[in-house]
Amino acid sequence: MTAPVAVGTPVLETRALKVSVAGKTLLGPVSLDVRLGEILSIIGPAGSGKSTLLKVLNRMTDFEDSLQLEGTVLFRGQDLAEVDVIDLRRRVGLVFPVPTPLPMSIFENLAFGLRLKGVRAHSELMQRAEAGLKAAYLWEEVKDRLAMPASNLSGGQQQRLCLARTLTLKPDALLLDEPCSGLDPISTAKIEEALTALKREMAIVLVTNNVKQASRVSDNTAFLLMGELVEFAPTVDLFTNPKDKRTEDYVTGRFG
Amino acid sequence: MIGSLCIMLSALCCLTIVGFVAAILGDIAYYGVHLLSWQFLTTAPSRGMTEGGIFPAIFGTAFLVILMTIAVIPLGVMTAIYLHEYASKKSRTVVWIRLAIQNLAGVPAIVFGLFGMGFFIQFVGVGIDKAFFAGHLTFGQPAILWAALTLALLTMPTVVVSTEESLRAIPAAHRDVAYSLGATKLQMIRRIVLPQALGGILTGTILAVGRGAGEVAPILFTGAAYFLPYLPKKLNDQFMELGYHIYVMATQSPDVEATKPILYSTVFVLLALTFALNFTAIWIRSRIRQRLRLER
Repeated sequence: MTAPVAVGTPVLETRALKVSVAGKTLLGPVSLDVRLGEILSIIGPAGSGKSTLLKVLNRMTDFEDSLQLEGTVLFRGQDLAEVDVIDLRRRVGLVFPVPTPLPMSIFENLAFGLRLKGVRAHSELMQRAEAGLKAAYLWEEVKDRLAMPASNLSGGQQQRLCLARTLTLKPDALLLDEPCSGLDPISTAKIEEALTALKREMAIVLVTNNVKQASRVSDNTAFLLMGELVEFAPTVDLFTNPKDKRTEDYVTGRFG
Repeated sequence: MIGSLCIMLSALCCLTIVGFVAAILGDIAYYGVHLLSWQFLTTAPSRGMTEGGIFPAIFGTAFLVILMTIAVIPLGVMTAIYLHEYASKKSRTVVWIRLAIQNLAGVPAIVFGLFGMGFFIQFVGVGIDKAFFAGHLTFGQPAILWAALTLALLTMPTVVVSTEESLRAIPAAHRDVAYSLGATKLQMIRRIVLPQALGGILTGTILAVGRGAGEVAPILFTGAAYFLPYLPKKLNDQFMELGYHIYVMATQSPDVEATKPILYSTVFVLLALTFALNFTAIWIRSRIRQRLRLER
C-alpha cells in the first residue's frame, strides 16, 4: 500500500487520520494524498466512512462535537486545523449527494458564495456564474432563464447547478459525495465529463457507490471497508491487479 | 347499536357548539349591523356614550397594537432564533426557557395586567421619572406604552412558537450548503434562515395582533381610559380601546339601556377586526405550507 507516483503537487494530504465517536472508530487510520491534476475516487459499501472522510477535508465535522479526530490533515502543506475555516470551505468545495438548490433563482444560487465573500459587482457575479455553468455543462440549458427559481430545474440539472455553484468560488479542491446517486445516465455522463476537464485546475475527490464510475473517471482509487483503508492505488492497478482479496471481491461485485 | 349511538351523540355535541357560535354571531350581526356607518366609525362618542361613534377606541386600539407589534417581533423572533439556532439542544437552560414560555402562555391575562402595573409603571416608569424628570409624574402612570409592553409579554409565546415552527421547517441541507460555501453563522441566519422564516414570523405576528386587540384585562390597570376627549399623541398618554370600551358601555355607562345599540355595533366591529386578522394568518400559513410542500 504505497502512495502512487506523484504527478502534481499535493493539495490535500491525510496522515494517519482517525475519526472516532465515543471510543468507536468510524474511520482510519487513513493516509492518502490528493494531487492537482488527479481525480481520487473513494469506493466502499455504505457505512465505510467515505462521507466522514469528505466532511473532515473541509471541516464540516466542526459541527459534530461528538466526533474525535486524530492524526493530521494538510491543505497545501498547512495543518487543516490552522487554516481559517471560512477560507478553507471556499477553497475546498463540497457537492452533496442530493441536489440542494437554495430557494432562490438560478442566478442567486450561483452568486450565493460570492456574495458571502462580499462581491457586489454584477458584472463579476455574472461572469463567474457563466464560467461555472459552462464548466458544469449547464450553460446552454439555462442561459435564457437565469432568473427562474432553481427548483424548476430537473434533478440532473439541479445537481449540475450545485456543481457550478461550488465552482464560482474557484476552489483548489473539489469534494463530491456520491454526486450522481440519483441521476439519469445522461446527466451522469455530463458530470463525469465536467470532472475530467476540471481536474487540470483542481484536485478532485469523488466518493461513489458506483464502482464502474470510479474505474471510468478516476486516476487513483481508495477502497474503504468499515472505516479501514484497505487499498489505495492507481485506479488501473486497483481494478486489474488488486493486492487485497477484499478489494478484488468488492470491485468484481462478489462482495458480501 | 352502541356504536351508532356514540356517533349520534358526538354529532349532537358538534352541532351544539356550532349552534352556539352561530347564535352569538347571528345575534351580534342582527342587532349590530344597522347602526354601522362611516360616521359611526369616524366620530367620537357623545352624550354620555348614548350617541356618536367609536373612533377614539378604534384609533387607540390601532396605536396600541402597533406599539405592541414593534415590541413583540424583535423579542419573540430573537428568542426563537436563540432557542433553535444557538442554544445547545440538550442544555438545561433551554429546557427551562421553553418551560417558562409555555407557562407564560397559560398565565391568566389579569395577572399580566397586575404585573404590568407593578413592573412597568411603578418600577420602570417611576424610575424613569426619578432619573430624567426630577420626580415629575411623566412615565410613572398608566400609559399606552406600558399597556403595549404588557400586551407584548402576553403575546410573545405566540410569536416564539410560530417562528420556531418555521425555523424547524427549513431543511438542514440548506444550512449545510451555506456553510459549505463559506458562510459564517450570522450570514447563514441572515441569508438562509430569516428569508425562509418570514412567513412564520408574519403568521405569529398577526395571531399576536389578533389576540392583543381583543384583550382587556392586561390594559385595565396599565393605560386604558374610560373616556378621553382627545386622541393619544405621546407614548405616555392614556387611550381608549375597543374591548375596554365595550366593557365600559355594558357596565359603567350612565344609561346602559340607551347604549345597547352602540354596544352591539362596537362588538361587531371588534369581532370583524379579529376575525379578519385570524383569517389572514391562516391564509398566509397555508400558503407557506403549500410552498414548502412544492419545494420538497
